[in-house]
Amino acid sequence: MALLDIQNLVVEFQTASGSFRAVDGVSLHVDEREVLAIVGESGSGKSVSMLAVMGLLPWTAKVTADRMSFGGRDLLKLGPAERRKIVGKDMSMIFQEPMASLNPCFTVGFQIEEVLRFHMGMDKTQRRARAIELLKQVGIPEPAERLNSFPHQMSGGQCQRVMIAIAIACNPKLLIADEPTTALDVTIQKQILDLLVSLQAKYGMGLIMITHNMGVVAETADRVIVQYKGRKMEEADVLSLFESPKSNYTRALLSALPDNAVGNRLPTVSDMLFEPAPQDVSTTGASA
Amino acid sequence: MTKVVEGKDIKRDYHVGGGLFRGARTVHAVKGVSFSVEKGKTLAIVGESGCGKSTLARIITLIDPATSGELFIDGNKVDIARGGLTREMRRKVQIVFQNPYGSLNPRQKIGDVLGEPLLINTDKPAEERRDLAMKMLKKVGLGPEHYNRYPHMFSGGQRQRIAIARALMLNPSLLVLDEPVSALDLSVQAQVLNLLADLQDEFQLTYVFISHDLSVVRYIADDVMVMYFGEAVEYGSRDEVFSNPKHSYTKTLFAATPRADGASIKARLAKKAAA
Repeated sequence: MALLDIQNLVVEFQTASGSFRAVDGVSLHVDEREVLAIVGESGSGKSVSMLAVMGLLPWTAKVTADRMSFGGRDLLKLGPAERRKIVGKDMSMIFQEPMASLNPCFTVGFQIEEVLRFHMGMDKTQRRARAIELLKQVGIPEPAERLNSFPHQMSGGQCQRVMIAIAIACNPKLLIADEPTTALDVTIQKQILDLLVSLQAKYGMGLIMITHNMGVVAETADRVIVQYKGRKMEEADVLSLFESPKSNYTRALLSALPDNAVGNRLPTVSDMLFEPAPQDVSTTGASA
Repeated sequence: MTKVVEGKDIKRDYHVGGGLFRGARTVHAVKGVSFSVEKGKTLAIVGESGCGKSTLARIITLIDPATSGELFIDGNKVDIARGGLTREMRRKVQIVFQNPYGSLNPRQKIGDVLGEPLLINTDKPAEERRDLAMKMLKKVGLGPEHYNRYPHMFSGGQRQRIAIARALMLNPSLLVLDEPVSALDLSVQAQVLNLLADLQDEFQLTYVFISHDLSVVRYIADDVMVMYFGEAVEYGSRDEVFSNPKHSYTKTLFAATPRADGASIKARLAKKAAA
């Protein structure tokens, strides 16, 4: 049975100019021990759909779905208190900017132990021991001393490691990583991806990678969903997506990779038109 | 070919002031880097964060002086620590910063953003400044209707176009690009890279392109310099560096770059299935 199962998810925001549909009928499922990548450019609704699953959207958002279940429990019917018991424990998330998502006022140790206090009910010595173990797992040297550091005393890569430590503190069944490496260098990116994949394999977590980087997808995913303007354009396993992409949008995305450059200009997504809206047909001509 | 910019043994030290319990230290951010770029060419500087590539960019852009070493721009020796900086020099070198969300003043309209360099550095009347700004908007793929808008009304890619337009207002001969596409999406990144290539052809611009993304560097650069802890560990033409990396750090960089071809995905999946 699927770990996370979403059918026809719609997220709408109320704006001054009427309601805006950020996610428009996306269905997806993740099994245990599976790495799913969601790819799309900014504004494609990939983060919003995952925030909806986590229940982290502001009250202005209207979330509807035919089905949204996690490990057999219906997330749509959960009250806030019950949901808080799941979020951060069985299902946790790593955010895009590690520097911005850690609280600058508290030490790293406090922030890791906070999760353990709320969800695991550990006492002080147990928490400290577990926090040291976690920092060791994510590869931070001198973990016992580092617990007393504040986020600003650490580098971006180290902060991201701390975020990962917080996310895996309670051995979650599902880890959602929202652009975990966008703010980082290539060498650090490689380390963080390797870390995530090894943790995923070790604990058998389901992992959802949200990214716009095709390289990251190629290096980590089992299955890929391509999203564009709130809609799912394509779903395929990683190899067939790269070797024989079906939708025009995926093809456009892949050809925009500088690796695949032919000649001295890159094809851009707007060069290739896909699914022209009815009123645009006259101006677009032949689509790719 | 004429060399637009040349640096000889450029060094930059920062003095970190000591406190009650700590003595003063000197950080060697750039340790003797030499390079030269010819007109119409692109030099890419690659390295991880903290390796001194942005410091070098600030020295080339004449924002910070070098501690020692010589910098030539269009064949003239420039030393802003001693000689100060003339308007003429300022016009020759311009910079585009990494984060298009942070580098535009949120309270300035786009028209004013583009007119500002002219207002400060030239005596052109308001009418002419306006016309030039309009023309530049068109060159970077925006329209005259964007003239009176504010930065928050634009997407990241559009803002980066505005930042590029602003840098080009003074017709510089050298443009320093400090990670211009690393904050952008793949599809938008391709558009901005194309724009840069178009502009280079049109104005015979010289680029110093700073990046940590090797796939972008391979696409845009003529020469590549790899920096590691303030030193240039590798410097040569693009093909030389990419086909035959000599320094171990360059090799690490290549190994860390994600590969998106079928063969490497197959290899990874096979490895995973075996594990």
